[in-house]
Amino acid sequence: MTMWEKVNTLWPEIILLATAFGVILIGLAPQRSVRRSVSWLSALGMLVAGGVAVAYLFSPDHALDDGAAGSGFAFQSFVRLGVLGVGLLLLLTAAELPDEYGAGESDTGFDPSRVSRGEFFGFFLLSITGAMLCAAADDLIWLFLALELTSLPTYVMVATTRRKTVAPEAGVKYFFLGAFAAAVFLYGFALIYGATGATGFAEISDQFRLMLAADSVTARAGELSGMALLGLVLAIAGICFKIAAFPMHVYAADVYQGAATPVTAFLAFVPKTAGFVTLIVLLGLVGWPLQSPTLIALLGVLAVATMFLGNTLALLQHNVKRVLAYSSVAHSGYMLIGLTAGITIVDAEVSPLENGLGAVLFYLVAYGVMNLGAFAVLGLLKAAGEEAETFDDLRGLVRREPVLATVMAVCALSLAGFPPVIGFWGKVYLFGSAISAEMIWLVIFGVINSAIAAVYYLRIVGVCFLSDPDQRVERAVRPVRSVAAVASAVLVVVLSLAANPLMKAANQAARFAPDPDHQVAQLDDRVTEVSKPDAQ
Amino acid sequence: MNEIFLLPMLVLIPLVCGLAMAWLPPRRDELVRYTAFGVTLGVFVLSLAAAMSFDWSDPHGKMQMIYRAPWIDSLGIGFHLGVDAISLSLVLLTTFLMPITVLGSFGDVKQRSKEFYLWLLVLQAAMTGVFLAQDLILFYICFELTLVPLYFLIGIWGSSQRLWAAKKFFIYTLSGSLFTFAGVLYVAWYHASRDDGAWTFDIAALTATALQMPSGMQAFVLAALMAGFAIKVPLFPVHTWLPLAHTEAPTSGSVLLAGVLLKLGTYGLLRFAIPMAPEAVVQYAPCIAGVATLGILYAALVCWVQDDIKKLVAYSSVSHLGFCVLGMFALNPQGVGGSVMYMINHGISTGALFLCVGMIYRRYHTREMDRLSGLGKRLPIWSTFMVIFCLASVGLPGLNGFVGEFLTLLGAYTSDVLGVGFAAVAALGLILAAIYILYMVGRVIFGPLREPAAYAGQVKDLDAREIAVLTPLAIACLVLGLFPTPLLRSMEPEIANLTGAANRIVAEQSNRPSPFGAGDPAPQVLRHSRAGGNPGRESVDLRSTAKPCVSVHSTRIDVEVAP
Repeated sequence: MTMWEKVNTLWPEIILLATAFGVILIGLAPQRSVRRSVSWLSALGMLVAGGVAVAYLFSPDHALDDGAAGSGFAFQSFVRLGVLGVGLLLLLTAAELPDEYGAGESDTGFDPSRVSRGEFFGFFLLSITGAMLCAAADDLIWLFLALELTSLPTYVMVATTRRKTVAPEAGVKYFFLGAFAAAVFLYGFALIYGATGATGFAEISDQFRLMLAADSVTARAGELSGMALLGLVLAIAGICFKIAAFPMHVYAADVYQGAATPVTAFLAFVPKTAGFVTLIVLLGLVGWPLQSPTLIALLGVLAVATMFLGNTLALLQHNVKRVLAYSSVAHSGYMLIGLTAGITIVDAEVSPLENGLGAVLFYLVAYGVMNLGAFAVLGLLKAAGEEAETFDDLRGLVRREPVLATVMAVCALSLAGFPPVIGFWGKVYLFGSAISAEMIWLVIFGVINSAIAAVYYLRIVGVCFLSDPDQRVERAVRPVRSVAAVASAVLVVVLSLAANPLMKAANQAARFAPDPDHQVAQLDDRVTEVSKPDAQ
Repeated sequence: MNEIFLLPMLVLIPLVCGLAMAWLPPRRDELVRYTAFGVTLGVFVLSLAAAMSFDWSDPHGKMQMIYRAPWIDSLGIGFHLGVDAISLSLVLLTTFLMPITVLGSFGDVKQRSKEFYLWLLVLQAAMTGVFLAQDLILFYICFELTLVPLYFLIGIWGSSQRLWAAKKFFIYTLSGSLFTFAGVLYVAWYHASRDDGAWTFDIAALTATALQMPSGMQAFVLAALMAGFAIKVPLFPVHTWLPLAHTEAPTSGSVLLAGVLLKLGTYGLLRFAIPMAPEAVVQYAPCIAGVATLGILYAALVCWVQDDIKKLVAYSSVSHLGFCVLGMFALNPQGVGGSVMYMINHGISTGALFLCVGMIYRRYHTREMDRLSGLGKRLPIWSTFMVIFCLASVGLPGLNGFVGEFLTLLGAYTSDVLGVGFAAVAALGLILAAIYILYMVGRVIFGPLREPAAYAGQVKDLDAREIAVLTPLAIACLVLGLFPTPLLRSMEPEIANLTGAANRIVAEQSNRPSPFGAGDPAPQVLRHSRAGGNPGRESVDLRSTAKPCVSVHSTRIDVEVAP
């Protein structure tokens, strides 16, 4: 693929980047009304990018089976549209955020050094672009840059969007741990490069297959070389930071609590999606179904540890934001189940329940929508002028704000995986794929965790509906955010009743059928080459 | 009207009307009440229409009035409804109890009445859905969905400990049924792995495949299904959520909880556990029946020492449902038939008892037997009804409770897997039941008149509405007690279908002393057609593979012969 051909597949990302820089510039306009238009400009940019991504689906140049190693076009499109769709809802949630932290909007005059509205939306778009670029990566360096493009803007978004001092504190924590994680997975990438001598995915994938194949000739259990394995393990550990999974989950509660609520919703979706997309791409280099027992065991242990840690810690919290933070950890654990199960049968006709990666993609979108609803409701409530955060702030919400309480209940039940809401379909999909991969123990752990999780989600529903109202809490006047909250609940209900199209799309996106003619033939030649000296 | 839409309407009308009630004008309690009453009455009429067009004398016990709509094709999940005589009678029980419950709740709900009736209607939709579902995931959805309305009904309109009761009820039952969910997925996977990866959750197809599972896996599936259903029943020792939930719930909640919701557990055992894991069921039937018998005695003894009438009735449910499970795991037509009759009769008589207790509580604001005595003098009409329902509950011949009790005990006695010991011990429970119920009747209704001082002399007997609530229940008690045979007869083929596989294994065991499972002639493995139907379909009678000594009526399953 030439440079130009590659660029031609990236127009949505390019449009978003251009919008991001445009927004940063326009955000510095002296006229207040022009500055205020940046949120709508960002939305416009995302809509156009989404339109181009949809147009790609219908263009004849992009046959759906155009699958270079690990990152097919269908996969890329699904991630793009998923991120843009949920991103648009996130943008609605965050649109009024600069008003809250007072982004230099005083009427007394224009002071460029105090104006930050443009930066906020610019960073917002950059981070989303990064998540989309992860799916398009065909090179380790690209992947690293895309991941960092996702994360770097979020550090700033956390630190600057709240007037309380907890926000910079959270931002600094997030930044240092993030930098540490980036170093870990960069080291992992370096080791992968050392083991394979390449950064391009096609070459790495060939080398990996060669290792697995060569080992089978010498009758040893198929396994990657030590260096490649260590590289992958470190890379996975680094990515665990992005998805807030064990052992890199420790930042989650503090950062989520410290950030402004719309930013928290953003953190729970965009970096997590980027992380899971990266994991799928990276493990795809080894090939599906995953041949390495070490990696499967590692992923399984991570899944179980993440679920248990997230759910038990969430159980102990009194602050709803912290509960949702730990529940975000737990949801990463559920999705790791799907990743551990992987694709049981690599086949163009693979049934959804045999495709754990499709389950992960489906669950990412589902989680993005339902989680956003819960955070949007929190972001709409003010307790004595401050953001509503504790269970007490939600008391008797149904008596004061029946619509918001219903949104909260729908989203909480969905997060709990209660049937027939979309979280339940996500769990059917994830657990079904694990059963197909004959990993019943993972399902049993998942089921136990669902039961634990039900306790704290039910507590959220309970305080909203069963307690007497708290007089201090009132609803902030945020019409756009209200629309986002209601829209996410409506979307949850609609997707629950009509989950089929999304499931089909996710399954199709994550088939990863290997290119039957060209690559395998090439590989066979090399295998025979390698095996000959061994035989002698 | 086309009868094909009857079943989906039974589910969707309460659901849609219930949710639509949120938009009724606020503070119009009368309007809300009568709307709810009208809807439930209308649904009852619809269910009668369904009963009319149902062929009660179908000798094969097949599902009728099947309705299929595509839902989530990619997972093989469909909106697939159907009824046989067992599920239709339970649906009728539900639709019959609903308007009575709504009418009975008229004076009780003082606040947030819109929400109250909204949740009642949603609950009705979920309960009906459980009995009608022919898709395992749809069944599971409805099964779980009953929790949400009840959580709110208990948590908002319950008594003093309502929050704790609601939470305990929800988490307890959800934790169990999540394991059921894992079992369901496993069964579906087993089917898919025998069918070229074509996933389906169609109950008939899954049942046909599941009974070929090796006995170890059947034990796993049985354990998973039991985890959810045993808690729902509730079987001793996992019954501890029930007394609390029953006591704290508002009267309507208790009525539906006892009347219908407990049957979801026994219905699940009958519909899924017994046909899907027959080997394990035969193997573990004595254990399960033993636990059930223990539960009968334990709960009966607990009833004896209760001072709160509502708690007494609640614990008596645990004891009664023990009979239900005992009869079911006798695995013979008498036992299972009695068990199904027990489900229906218990629903009517215990529901009625809860209504009666609720009426007393509304008058005296207490349910303590110490403070109430000799009410026969003060409330003669109420006392008449109370005595009828108590006798029905004890199992006086001629009233409905007797049929189920007699048949379950007979079933246990004649069963090949249980035996006379179980029947004898369980019969002891019957005697205890007579003691605790009659003891309660004796104290509350007869004896010297004693009322709480604050209400002495001011209390009036039942008004017309309350009589209208109780009369249909009393009539049902009498009718089902005197004429149980038509219903029993029409359920026989279904029962034979459901227990056929288990009976075959029992027969094999008694013929061959070798440990079963080894070289078991599993019916010729056939590829089962997916829910779409297939031109190459034909009906194969699995009876031909069974030993001739069993009286399995007809175990017909639609299978596709492999080309």
